[in-house]
Amino acid sequence: MSSRIASVAFNTFREAVRDRVLYNLIAFALLLSGAAILVGQVSIDIERLVVVNLGLTAVSLFGVVIAIFIGIGLVSKEIEKRTLYTVLSRPVRRWEFVVGKFFGLTGTLVVNTFFMAIGVFLALLYVAHKFEKMDAWVLVALYFIVLQFLMVCALALFFSSFSTPLMSAVFTFALFVIGSLSEDLRGFARIAQGLGGWIATSIAYLVPNFSALNVINQVAHGDAVPGRLILYNSIYALLYSAMAISGAVLIFQRRNLK
Amino acid sequence: MAAIEILGLEKNYLVGFWRKRTKQALRPLHLTIEEGEVFGFLGPNGAGKTTTLKLLMGLVLPTAGTARILGMEVDDPRVKAQIGFLPEQPYFYDYLTAQELLEYYGQLSGVPAKERAARVEKMLARVGLQDAARVQLRKFSKGMLQRVGLAQAILHDPKLVFLDEPMSGLDPMGRREVRDLIQQLRQEGKTVFFSTHILSDAEALCDRVAVINHGELRGVGAVAELTSRMHGKVEVIFYGQSVPAALASLGAEARVSGDMVNAVLPEEQQEAALEVLRREHLKLISLTPVRSSLEDFYIQKLQPAESKGASA
Repeated sequence: MSSRIASVAFNTFREAVRDRVLYNLIAFALLLSGAAILVGQVSIDIERLVVVNLGLTAVSLFGVVIAIFIGIGLVSKEIEKRTLYTVLSRPVRRWEFVVGKFFGLTGTLVVNTFFMAIGVFLALLYVAHKFEKMDAWVLVALYFIVLQFLMVCALALFFSSFSTPLMSAVFTFALFVIGSLSEDLRGFARIAQGLGGWIATSIAYLVPNFSALNVINQVAHGDAVPGRLILYNSIYALLYSAMAISGAVLIFQRRNLK
Repeated sequence: MAAIEILGLEKNYLVGFWRKRTKQALRPLHLTIEEGEVFGFLGPNGAGKTTTLKLLMGLVLPTAGTARILGMEVDDPRVKAQIGFLPEQPYFYDYLTAQELLEYYGQLSGVPAKERAARVEKMLARVGLQDAARVQLRKFSKGMLQRVGLAQAILHDPKLVFLDEPMSGLDPMGRREVRDLIQQLRQEGKTVFFSTHILSDAEALCDRVAVINHGELRGVGAVAELTSRMHGKVEVIFYGQSVPAALASLGAEARVSGDMVNAVLPEEQQEAALEVLRREHLKLISLTPVRSSLEDFYIQKLQPAESKGASA
């Protein structure tokens, strides 16, 4: 990674860390983990299931909200506030700026997820009093959640490269929801016929397949995650993110900063 | 070698809901600025000064034409390492301190890590912000932000400095300091290209100026030459309470100010005017030829478009 990309990424990370909204979200996520403990205590024999389900869902949702909330402003805020002028008048290429912003936000989310994950594991320890071998799969679920964040950040960045922050948020959130239901969409595409079937198949494969990255229920039940799924999901998330970032770069290269 | 060569640079924007109308922000502009020059880009608000600067910085893309800076294309990173830019009414990352901001810009400009801290400290001292180095920019006044803006523009010791309305929003002391800084840059051999609509600043600082209005270049001239042109008139100042009738009959435009009279009259009437003063026993204070000012040039270059606009 070039030093300029690293500098932009670090500055993006620093901005997020100094942003009080981020702290509030972390605090809220920790509160939710607390709630998970409470629910775990009132559930009989399924404390682990409830804590893992609720905790990981909270990590995922809060991370997605942060990814969308910051992601849509990554470039547009810099244009609007004109902070970009003094950056792009230096030997920084536009693609380096976009990629740096992306890494900065994903870095923020990784750190954020790390702290939220600690909350989930503390909650698990609280209800089960000890860690079990199957708890390791929770780490895989967390890894998949981080892959989701990569894709959401990339999509938010892509939409914000040509749209207003509000519309970018709407588009990104809509894609997150549709992508989370993509397995159902693919199922429908398999049974649909004719033009409808063709359109359903196209949409099903175009939208991000977030449902393949959701193994929360599986790990909550203590089921293993196949190694092949980890590999495929990693490749898929990286390729999808790279494509969205490339799209953002292509649009941003041609954009006039009025 | 020319520091800046602008070859038919042009910018049109598509406007309106359906983006069918074209707004010409900059008509084909041809301009050359030599190395070591302090060049003033003059024009009223909305004339096209900022658009030109943004085109040169690669922030907006030209509709037609090209520009070269230090012999290279404007988007060449090697060029950008050698230029500094202060945008109009700059806004910086307000969650950073002045020191952090300059360190960040130093990294982006490729200032070596071991030199960076010392360079940042030096620049903060140069713009008088050494005591505010660790204060977040959100607590800075407009004048302090302008100083940070100047510091970031010269931080990496660029050969060429672009300043967009550098005196805007500054108090008289701040304007004086910016003027001094531009003079220092000139002494260091830097090329300075700055836009302004404050003519006194341009007259005091620039080697040459260009006047632009409605996106069109109206004229270019050397300040020394423009301000040395004679009007064919002389200004006579003498002690007195009223204008002698004999002087008025020579075609003098005179006004009384306290116990002094200031009269402007054709150069060929100079001797006759002195004779009138001798005859009336009036004490002469000064007699000087009237020279053109930059303002005359500016108004003259703007006038054609204004009169066209008025007749339309």
